[in-house]
Amino acid sequence: MRPLSPPDSAKSTLFSLPAPFHGWFAKKGWRPRAHQLELLAKAEAGRSALLIAPTGAGKTLAGFLPSLVELTRRGRSKPGTIEPGVHTLYISPLKALAVDIERNLGVPVGQMGLPVTVETRTGDTPVSKRQRQKRAPPDILLTTPEQVALLLSHRDADRFFADLRYVIFDELHALVTSKRGQLLALGLARLRTLRPGLQTIGLSATVSEPDALRRWLVPQAPGADPLAALITVTGGARPEISILKSEDRIPWSGHSARHALPDVYEAIKAHRTTLIFVNTRSQAERIFQALWTLNEESLPIALHHGSLDAGQRRKVEAAMARNALRAVVATSTLDLGIDWGDVDLVVHVGSPKGASRLAQRIGRANHRMDEPSRAILVPANRFEVMECQAALDANYLGAQDTPPIEPGALDVLCQHILGMACSAPFHADDLHAEVTSAAPYADLDRETFDRCVHFVAHGGYALQTYERYARIRRAGDGTWRIAHPAVAQQYRLNAGTIVAAPELDVRLVRPGAGTKARGGRVLGRIEEIFLEQLVHGDTFLFAGKVLRFEGIRENVCFVSSAPGLEAKVPAYMGGKFPTTTFLSAQVRAMLADPAQWHRLPSQVSQWLGHQRDRSVVPNASDMLVETFPRGERFYMVTYPFEGRLAHQTLCMLLTRRLERAGARPIGFVASDYAVAIWGLGNMGAMIARGELPLAELFSQDMLGDDLEAWLDESFVFKRSFRYCALIAGLIEKRHPGKEKSGRQVTVSTDLIYDVLRSHEPDHILLQATRNDARAGYLDIGRVNALLARIRGRIVHKGLDRISPLAVPVMLEIGKEPVISSQTGDALMAEKAMATQALVREAMGEDMVD
Amino acid sequence: MWPALKGLEATRAGEALAVDYGGGRVLLDPAGAAFFAGVSMLAVADLHLEKGAFFARRRMFLPPYDTPATLARLAALVAKYDPKVVVSLGDGFHDDEASGRLAPETVAAVEALAAGRTMVWVTGNHDPSPPANVPGDSVDRLAMGPVTFRHIAERDCLTHEVSGHYHPAAILRGRGKAVRRSCFASDGTRLILPAFGVYTGGLNVRDRAFDGLFDLAAFRAYMQGTERVYPIGWRDLIG
Repeated sequence: MRPLSPPDSAKSTLFSLPAPFHGWFAKKGWRPRAHQLELLAKAEAGRSALLIAPTGAGKTLAGFLPSLVELTRRGRSKPGTIEPGVHTLYISPLKALAVDIERNLGVPVGQMGLPVTVETRTGDTPVSKRQRQKRAPPDILLTTPEQVALLLSHRDADRFFADLRYVIFDELHALVTSKRGQLLALGLARLRTLRPGLQTIGLSATVSEPDALRRWLVPQAPGADPLAALITVTGGARPEISILKSEDRIPWSGHSARHALPDVYEAIKAHRTTLIFVNTRSQAERIFQALWTLNEESLPIALHHGSLDAGQRRKVEAAMARNALRAVVATSTLDLGIDWGDVDLVVHVGSPKGASRLAQRIGRANHRMDEPSRAILVPANRFEVMECQAALDANYLGAQDTPPIEPGALDVLCQHILGMACSAPFHADDLHAEVTSAAPYADLDRETFDRCVHFVAHGGYALQTYERYARIRRAGDGTWRIAHPAVAQQYRLNAGTIVAAPELDVRLVRPGAGTKARGGRVLGRIEEIFLEQLVHGDTFLFAGKVLRFEGIRENVCFVSSAPGLEAKVPAYMGGKFPTTTFLSAQVRAMLADPAQWHRLPSQVSQWLGHQRDRSVVPNASDMLVETFPRGERFYMVTYPFEGRLAHQTLCMLLTRRLERAGARPIGFVASDYAVAIWGLGNMGAMIARGELPLAELFSQDMLGDDLEAWLDESFVFKRSFRYCALIAGLIEKRHPGKEKSGRQVTVSTDLIYDVLRSHEPDHILLQATRNDARAGYLDIGRVNALLARIRGRIVHKGLDRISPLAVPVMLEIGKEPVISSQTGDALMAEKAMATQALVREAMGEDMVD
Repeated sequence: MWPALKGLEATRAGEALAVDYGGGRVLLDPAGAAFFAGVSMLAVADLHLEKGAFFARRRMFLPPYDTPATLARLAALVAKYDPKVVVSLGDGFHDDEASGRLAPETVAAVEALAAGRTMVWVTGNHDPSPPANVPGDSVDRLAMGPVTFRHIAERDCLTHEVSGHYHPAAILRGRGKAVRRSCFASDGTRLILPAFGVYTGGLNVRDRAFDGLFDLAAFRAYMQGTERVYPIGWRDLIG
């Protein structure tokens, strides 16, 4: 550990460290790092603080140092006195991280012989241990956001947290961007109400806007902008990143990276432990499978993603910690700061989709700050080559593109309000003030807050028929209280914001068992929407195996092993990030500047050269629109580079407009880079004749009525509504005495949505759904930014055939399943006709009709 | 994914499929009702009126608009076919006490659609008692010529039989897509109607609950499309 000279304020802190700390550092031959002492000094001065540091900088010890020092000074309580309550809460986004920290923190605490007890409390903690923790709490409790919400909903919350001094948030950058983070922000506001002197410590990777995190850590107040203190650790060794130069042909499209896997296998052989990151679960399955077909030396290569059985994942994690694996293929489930043994290489298959995401994933290698991490980027197609180059450049410059913190969601607020009522009666005025002290809810107006309270009470409908069944009621003293103790029980069964798509357990049984199968080992869970499309005998990849679909019974999908068979590609979902705005802009700039092309592989630079010769290469601020005929159809391809979600939204809206303009569009496809729309009308000729002015087609008012009309009908909207309904408590994930899974939810949220939309379109839950869909699934913000950016800057190129740049998106056609009611009807009509024709042929008449 | 609930406009506009059944003509309406032309009778199953209120008693507050929405769709079909008889094939009310706590507007809506016709409530497992407050006769089954109407299909029934209860739905697969819709299920002898209430889901006809009810060689799922119903054979459906 390199000796660093601490600043003056920190020096005095160093001298004031209790004796066991001096002894311990001396015995190790270490000195406390400057930022560790600086954080301690700030904390001792009564401030909350944010520590931004790269991995391996001793962030965890820094975060706990103020607590450890204070607890050491306090000493053990004397026998016969009342044991003090929890002193420090540590909250991490992952259960596994809490467990990992317990082990890591236990070492110095044990070696120094500190009078400090450390325990975890997660969803996996046995009830007996949780009850014991209530009676005899540890000094430091390592837990998750959900557990904090649950602890706060109990009537004894005030007593349980009576001695709370510090709350430490690990991986804060990852926590704050989700609904879990919003619920946690509300919980923190309550903790501050209980203990006004409470201090917070946030630990974070580098982010683009540290002030947003600094606000999050401290109570907000109107007219002021309070911020937590900021400590930034720069430096660390610069990572060595390279882009894989494959001899093989780089594919035009797709994500399999099959062409590069022999080189990846060579890299695995040349390193001790390689972590292979991919973007989606299905990609993980395919690459794992393909690597094993190359694995002549039978190297221990494992698979890790969120759909796999938890027991299986724990086994892989344990094997990694023992350094028993040579490689692990993983999705974002391994993104966060768990120390996974001796990883000396990170391979990223596909574009990392963002500069910050790349930095965080690279940080998984070589968990020591002063040694460089090594990483290899493996672009799976030609656009990804440019994206990987842009990400590499950004990493070199230290550019960050973490997402902004969204305003708090209303469904989360509804859940929190009920939790607070379960804890103690509240005055609406007080709770509103408390809620708006949480940064994500600082701008929440009183009227919206009151509507949330009414939603919690009896659904908040204009037609007030449920008041007699209310969950919470206003008492004579003006406070809101729960109407019945069962309400608290109901709340606790459903608390939390993690809502999975309906999933089924996947069990491995003997071949041919069909749905009469029994038992079988659980391999993991897969989305119902995928499994429902399979028929007996279909094969797919999961858990690293080729499996045959046997059938579904109740909540279980039965499969059998089908080794040697070709697998149908698994289409189940899981983590498709759109490329960040920052990285997209870099790619546009790279494309526009031929002087940079020599940095790209020759196949790619030649491809761009052909584009310049046959069509046009747009400059960075223009947007190219190409039109060309192909087969019986006419195509329009544009290149906004705004990411898949924004492109899908754009397509939906453009199609409506083209329809009205008489261009007769019949289909579209969207990639991260481009969109293609095809139809029966000659769009190129229409543009040339001035019948289809592009400025009007792409005008910003597209986001007005067209958007509203389309939004309410869309599939993504129904999916958002389901999540909101579950989080807000309109429907229950679980009911006391009844374990309900998604498949059994008594009333389909789609049906509820239809009824609510037609009868009360302004209901608070539809408002929450619209907010979510706009920000998340639809990326309206980016569509809007695009339309503003390209105003007056649209370049049209009419071509007589497809351009080189259009090839990748054209190859995507037919890969994306599009399910709409129209195609559903068409399919039914086709099958119905075939059925009738067959029967007539066989029987001479239709038996039924 | 289920298609959007049909609005009143679409409910009126649907094009029914005529099939021969039990010696008469039956119009299968894509809104989920069957019109028996020979006896001028409109049959619907599983309205589950007051389901929202039932959940509210368990403190789950579904939008309280299901009863008026279901009745408005039924009224639209009554206006379309002008039947002499309207029959609810059981589970007209989601629970046995539901008819006792109807809002005055609900009672008025039922009275309006029953005016000038015969209203028949077949009892169901959710509503075994005769309904209170609404016009109409309560029966546990109804025989019209060779056809028996009841709530739950009887396995050893020898005549033509029309029932509800199971909320049949079907999943069709093709061209990489899966389409799931409520459906009429029939083998030419037995006919099971889809659930009509706006808060009623569906059960796949390939579920074990349907085992033994149909002659599969003659089976058709009449799937509810946007404007039409589509007859699909057993082999095209997935489980």
